[in-house]
Amino acid sequence: MSNTASGKTPLPGRGPEQARARRRGAHPLARFLVRRLLTAVLLAWGITLVTFVLTNLVPGDPVAANLGQRALGDPAIVAQWRAEHGLDKPLWEQYALHLQGLLQGDFGTSQQSHRPVAQDLAEFVPATLELAGAAILVSLVLGVGFGVLAALRRDRLSDHLLRVLSLVGISVPTFWLALVAFYVFFYRLQITPGSGRVDPALGGAPPVTGLQTIDALLAGRWDIFASAAGHLITPTLVLALYTIGLLTRFTRSAVLEVLGQDYVRAARAKGLPGRVILFRYVLRSALVPIITVAGLAFGSLLSGTVLVEAIFAWPGIGQYAYKSATTLDLPAVMGVGLVVGVVYLVINLIVDVLYGVIDPRVRLQ
Amino acid sequence: MTLEITGLKVSLGGRDILRGVDLHLEKGRVHGLAGESGSGKTMTGLAVLGLLPHGARATGRIDLGGRDLLTLPPRELNKVRGGQVAMVFQDPATSLHPMLSVGRQLTEHMRHHLGLGRAEARARAVELLGKVRIPGAEEAYGRFPHQFSGGMRQRIAIAIALACSPRVLIADEPTTALDVTVQAGVLRLLRGLCDELGLAVLLVTHDLGVMSAIADEVSVMKDGLVVETGPRGQVLREPAHAYTRSLLDALPGEPGGPAEPGGKA
Repeated sequence: MSNTASGKTPLPGRGPEQARARRRGAHPLARFLVRRLLTAVLLAWGITLVTFVLTNLVPGDPVAANLGQRALGDPAIVAQWRAEHGLDKPLWEQYALHLQGLLQGDFGTSQQSHRPVAQDLAEFVPATLELAGAAILVSLVLGVGFGVLAALRRDRLSDHLLRVLSLVGISVPTFWLALVAFYVFFYRLQITPGSGRVDPALGGAPPVTGLQTIDALLAGRWDIFASAAGHLITPTLVLALYTIGLLTRFTRSAVLEVLGQDYVRAARAKGLPGRVILFRYVLRSALVPIITVAGLAFGSLLSGTVLVEAIFAWPGIGQYAYKSATTLDLPAVMGVGLVVGVVYLVINLIVDVLYGVIDPRVRLQ
Repeated sequence: MTLEITGLKVSLGGRDILRGVDLHLEKGRVHGLAGESGSGKTMTGLAVLGLLPHGARATGRIDLGGRDLLTLPPRELNKVRGGQVAMVFQDPATSLHPMLSVGRQLTEHMRHHLGLGRAEARARAVELLGKVRIPGAEEAYGRFPHQFSGGMRQRIAIAIALACSPRVLIADEPTTALDVTVQAGVLRLLRGLCDELGLAVLLVTHDLGVMSAIADEVSVMKDGLVVETGPRGQVLREPAHAYTRSLLDALPGEPGGPAEPGGKA
């Protein structure tokens, strides 16, 4: 649009787009949300299909993995077992049944534990979410904080120190760090509690959310909360170190890039106080790349929990997934795949929505 | 004398960028600052607001109402920025924050400098948008920069600069990034505001066509020094310095004569 100075120019902006928004009577952000949610539902369906197909395509016979040598020799027993688990039906029919079950909250029955997979997941998923959630929270606070500090003190001592710290965080393998932390803090110094989620002598708080710390608070049990938080600290820090390092480096470069933008100089020329410029002008722009990386980092954090859970005997989904995969417990494997896929989906949805909240150019598209 | 720059020297990384610049800005007058890229004209503008790049050292004197801006403590300098000296930048596509609404960017420094309430600031912002001739000022208030054309964005940037009624306006190549067709409008607006509000305007430009359109006085810079200064007619028609003459000769089409505003190739 090339406006002349005559003042007869049409209203600036996207005329038809605005008119459509008014006709539907919806706030642009609301329409943006609805669009993203619909996409998410479609993707969730895609995840069920992919987990189902992949799980059934793996070379490996669940029959062989679950029945003993003698039973395998008897065709009648094998056929009966296959029929019991619906493995004799055509694949598409198995999928239809699987999907129908999912819609009713039925994830099938684990061939190993003989319990409903949904029940297993309800037990193990919250433990992992608590650990991963605490780790991402710590990473965000420390990583973004360190990154901003490093950018503002560019080329000074604190910047160099933080660079070393983030390099260490990115380079140290998580399993090694977990072992060392366990050895040093628990075995040698005895300042952190050992394995598990909570002191077994205390029992646990009545499960509401499944997150031990939150449940303890809800029950008003400070002793359980202290124990749960104590158990959470070391695995959280071990798990978070990589993400802290990653976010520190990313935030530093994102903030430095924004600091060089014209609009930051323009904000200085307006005489705005430094903290307003930092929070309103610099961080707002820098957040876009930061939340992108944070969303991806959450994914790698989830896979990192498998190792950390094993070393700290944390009863989470990582351990469950490992056990199910090695025994070819297909319903359990599909259940884990579905949960992990949906967690990714939710993270991506949150990241997308945050883009829209932060950047008007995204939600006004 | 509203703003008086005397003996301004700036060095950056061991290199002398300004080597003793003298400039005098007066109320209600547009002072054009010309020169090729690298001659130090933009640095002169930035030095007034203390916005020189990291590591630059400035000496000399920049006097505004008896105070030297170069030695002002940061807190005091922040009051001058936006409050008494405002700036319009070259490219409105990058000098407005893309994620903040026009209203926000128009009112935040008013509320900070003048202590206005939300409603007062809003009323004044809408009035300012009208003053820079943004059609539909009420509606424009809630929009975002990307919803406007380049010329409109620069008008918004000018409104932002004027929000706290500054005495001095530094316009750094305000039309360079704009379509030729909208340049004239923005220049007319600047000239009109200068006359109406009694602003002292420093117009930094490499475009002598722009200069001849609205400047009262013209200074020509080369290698960090002002080589010639005087009334527009005198400098542009009877240049005393060889460098000014070569700049004028470089104008396409009209040898030795000033071009029409916005008429550059």
